[in-house]
Amino acid sequence: MTTGAVGQAYPRLEGREKVTGAARYAVEYPVDGVTYGWAVPAAVVRGRITRVDAAPALALPGVLSVVHHGNAPRLAPGPEPDLWLLQEPAVHYRGQLIAVVVATSLEAAREGARLVRIDYDAGPHSTVLTADHPGLYRPDQVNPSYPTDTAEGDFDAGYAAAPVRMDATYRTPAYHNNPMEPHATTAQWRDGRLLVHDSNQGAAPVQATLAELFELPRESVRVITKHVGGGFGGKGYAKAAVVLAALAARQVDRPVRLALTRQQVFGPVGYRTPTIQRVRLAADTDGRLTAICHDAISQTSTLREFAEQTAVYTRSMYAAPHRRTTHRLVRLDVPTPFWMRAPGECPGAYALESAMDELATVVGIDPVELRIRNDPAVDPELGRPFTSRNLVACLRDGARRFGWAERDPTPRARRDGRWLVGTGVAGASYPARSRAAAATATARRDGGFLVRIDATDIGTGARTALWQVAADALGVPPERVEVQIGDSDLPPAGVAGGSMGTASWSWAVIRACEALRAKLRDTPGGGPSDGEVTAEVSTADEVRDQPALPRYAYGAHFAEVRVDADTGEVRVNRLLGVFAAGRVVNPTTARSQLIGGMTMGLSMALHEEGVLDERYGDWVNHDLATYHITGCADVERIEAHWLDERDGELNPAGVKGIGEIGIVGTAAAITNAVHHATGVRIRDLPVRLDKLIGLSGLA
Amino acid sequence: MRPFRYHRPAGVAEAVAVLAAEPQAAYLAGGTNLVDLMKLGVQRPDLLVDVTRLPLDAVEELPGGGLRIGATVRNSDLAAHPVVRRDYPVLARALLAAASGQLRNLATTGGNLLQRTRCVYFQDTGKACNKREPGSGCAARHGQNRDLAVLDWSDLCVATHPSDLAVALAALDAVVEVHEPDGPRDVPLAALHRSPGEHPERETTLARGALITAVRLPHLPAARRSAYLKVRDRASFAFAVGSVAAVLDLDGDVVRDVRLAYGAVAHRPWRAYRAEEELRGRPFSPQLAARAADAELAEARPLRHNGFKLPLTRAITVRALTELAEGTPAP
Repeated sequence: MTTGAVGQAYPRLEGREKVTGAARYAVEYPVDGVTYGWAVPAAVVRGRITRVDAAPALALPGVLSVVHHGNAPRLAPGPEPDLWLLQEPAVHYRGQLIAVVVATSLEAAREGARLVRIDYDAGPHSTVLTADHPGLYRPDQVNPSYPTDTAEGDFDAGYAAAPVRMDATYRTPAYHNNPMEPHATTAQWRDGRLLVHDSNQGAAPVQATLAELFELPRESVRVITKHVGGGFGGKGYAKAAVVLAALAARQVDRPVRLALTRQQVFGPVGYRTPTIQRVRLAADTDGRLTAICHDAISQTSTLREFAEQTAVYTRSMYAAPHRRTTHRLVRLDVPTPFWMRAPGECPGAYALESAMDELATVVGIDPVELRIRNDPAVDPELGRPFTSRNLVACLRDGARRFGWAERDPTPRARRDGRWLVGTGVAGASYPARSRAAAATATARRDGGFLVRIDATDIGTGARTALWQVAADALGVPPERVEVQIGDSDLPPAGVAGGSMGTASWSWAVIRACEALRAKLRDTPGGGPSDGEVTAEVSTADEVRDQPALPRYAYGAHFAEVRVDADTGEVRVNRLLGVFAAGRVVNPTTARSQLIGGMTMGLSMALHEEGVLDERYGDWVNHDLATYHITGCADVERIEAHWLDERDGELNPAGVKGIGEIGIVGTAAAITNAVHHATGVRIRDLPVRLDKLIGLSGLA
Repeated sequence: MRPFRYHRPAGVAEAVAVLAAEPQAAYLAGGTNLVDLMKLGVQRPDLLVDVTRLPLDAVEELPGGGLRIGATVRNSDLAAHPVVRRDYPVLARALLAAASGQLRNLATTGGNLLQRTRCVYFQDTGKACNKREPGSGCAARHGQNRDLAVLDWSDLCVATHPSDLAVALAALDAVVEVHEPDGPRDVPLAALHRSPGEHPERETTLARGALITAVRLPHLPAARRSAYLKVRDRASFAFAVGSVAAVLDLDGDVVRDVRLAYGAVAHRPWRAYRAEEELRGRPFSPQLAARAADAELAEARPLRHNGFKLPLTRAITVRALTELAEGTPAP
């Protein structure tokens, strides 16, 4: 680390390409003879397709084929039933993609999709998550491999004996990842090999899935993912678009472009499960927690078990002698839920950090102080010290920056004209993990260096961060370094997900650069004289051998809101987050990640909600006009700060990952502030004016 | 998307003649609503008659006062027009409260009035909607209806009209100039849109082929003291969950004249005549404004999810009128 590129605020390397429109996304690559695919959604919730009449579609000029279960190329049944598309007549949820119309123009494909006639035998369905659903069951584990339930001490006895108790149930609706770029693919078959330009969060896993489904050797599949217009978890693995495009391209023996419509992004590619969470907290009169229980209910599909780890957050956040967490699931006739920014932690923290606020009110202790008093010295789960835990420092720094000391804790005590004003706080944590990755570093004859790794930049700035890390590891100015990412032909690396991207990839990049420097030292003259010199590394062993320590990033969220006393409208005056997330590689892109996460948390608190119509078994608001996502005008003042944190137990770059921590505590900070402003506690998100206007008689 | 033909008419009369002769033709103006609905398969015209090049894009001050706004004047241009800003602030504010900057740059005056409901069931061809497909049923009546009507709905349709502009025009007693196959005609804005009744698929009182050519605002000095208040779920780029357009003319404390119209409550922009009646001739007070709103909403029939619209509409009525009475309308 001699030249010090890490820590500098470089603009994104591809920024100019993106803002000038030169950057190519998955369906923008020029391809000779390309055709267009349009997916057809199922019009029933549960049942069987009894007939597909393709004739009206095929009669339309330009339509080449209607691909469906009756004629589609066969796929190997794999571990991902969601991706076993066009293989069987069964319909598992409304909107399931059951056919693809391929045409020589996008317009013909779309019209053809409308003309396909499909008959069904439909049965009864169940699509609404309830706390007393007869189908509730206990999964064997929750994502990715946590125990379903945990218990320590005797919660019931501890709770019953405590002088201070709170017991509340919180509900979150379905949330839909809505990256600007939908799931989209251009697929081409050449001599039995499959090439896809695809929008995803990791080319190698998509390559592996396609190879498995189409029964090809992995090297016969190439996935290129140079630019991605966002993912938020929803593109973490291969999804319907890439499988449908590959099937269709094989069927018509021509390249196919297929992008899901905005409506099709609402469901078939995953969403954040609704949750029902009961939290019970007990404390002594000083606010020291004596008992914690978090019971979480969420849903999965009939196709596959997806068990959101909603209550896992509670296991390490605050300590108490008596603790219990449980998870229950229901299989509904719905699409399978999937990852959405901070799966588990995000809804779980909303419930726990709201409950902490309620406890603070009951016990009469400032909510910042309550959290400080309950900051555990060792991880309550593992019983070992955290590699670094700076929650308290975040809370203190945030409180100072926010002006928390002047706060009158009385609810509904501040007024600014027609606005009731309140402030709220919440803690946040997110695991700091790493995955194995491989990378190569090459010294070129011209004095430049090339670093290659199948990392993915989904808009986060990962490409730029790796370039900075590589420069420092090579000990050269970054201008001499080129980084290649986003291609399954490159050395394999894991997905951009779980806030593990930069941690995992930088590890491999640093090791590759170190290996290259060692190689060059052994080279006569210290450089490539008559050829390039390349070092190739994998971090598999190192990552595997890393001791199991509690590694987490932390954050403290502060919010000031105003609530219109007449109408119940809620607006956020200010959001402030302070984070302890290890080393920050690039302040520009880091800030963008953190305020992006906070904005998404604001959206969760006040705006987003998948509104289900049980009769249709479907969300009725499935576009960006009716599924509201926070707009710029809703974000009035937003600040992200971070502590200078050095943690030697993480990875060579010392990073914890920042993609998710920004969203974790935001919703609770905002809803806690709404309570402070109004005296009304809304426990089902989103907090909207109709809930406040009806409850409080605010005026 | 259904294949369609495109025609650019030379004049208004030709445009109307083409529409009258082609049962599946539609006018294309800004396209901000129609094009979306075509992509969704909700509207399937086989011919688009593009009226954007017709000479209908002028804003003229009328000799006796008042303003004529050409049908293809863009929402952005109208909102920025100095006479509109000075004499009809309610109109400028309603326009600026709508949609996004990009949409306002395209959307036209005439098209805005004829935009379709944003009821989610109307916009989804997989769900029942009498307006889209007469006789198919109304999925919204017993479905997700938070955003829908509380006044004047029928069992066949509970949709609301989405326009902000139309609410302001209703309050201003605007007159819509239309060209029908039989010739030109004036239609008061208040008589342009229909109640859903037995035929929710019929949304206006215009003849087939009618083209809106202009909107005329009467000379209304009182409108200099006017306001548009819109409540929505996020701070921008969202349709109203409640809105009110108000013009208040006080003689001392006494309400000499008042014009009030509501958005987001009915199948048409809702001119609140009963509320006006309560207010007129009485000394203004916020309590009087609340009573007036209650009188207007007395016959409201909220649906399962939208009862909140009554206290909301009442609250914004009181606020809009009180701020006008105090001379401090909020921006």
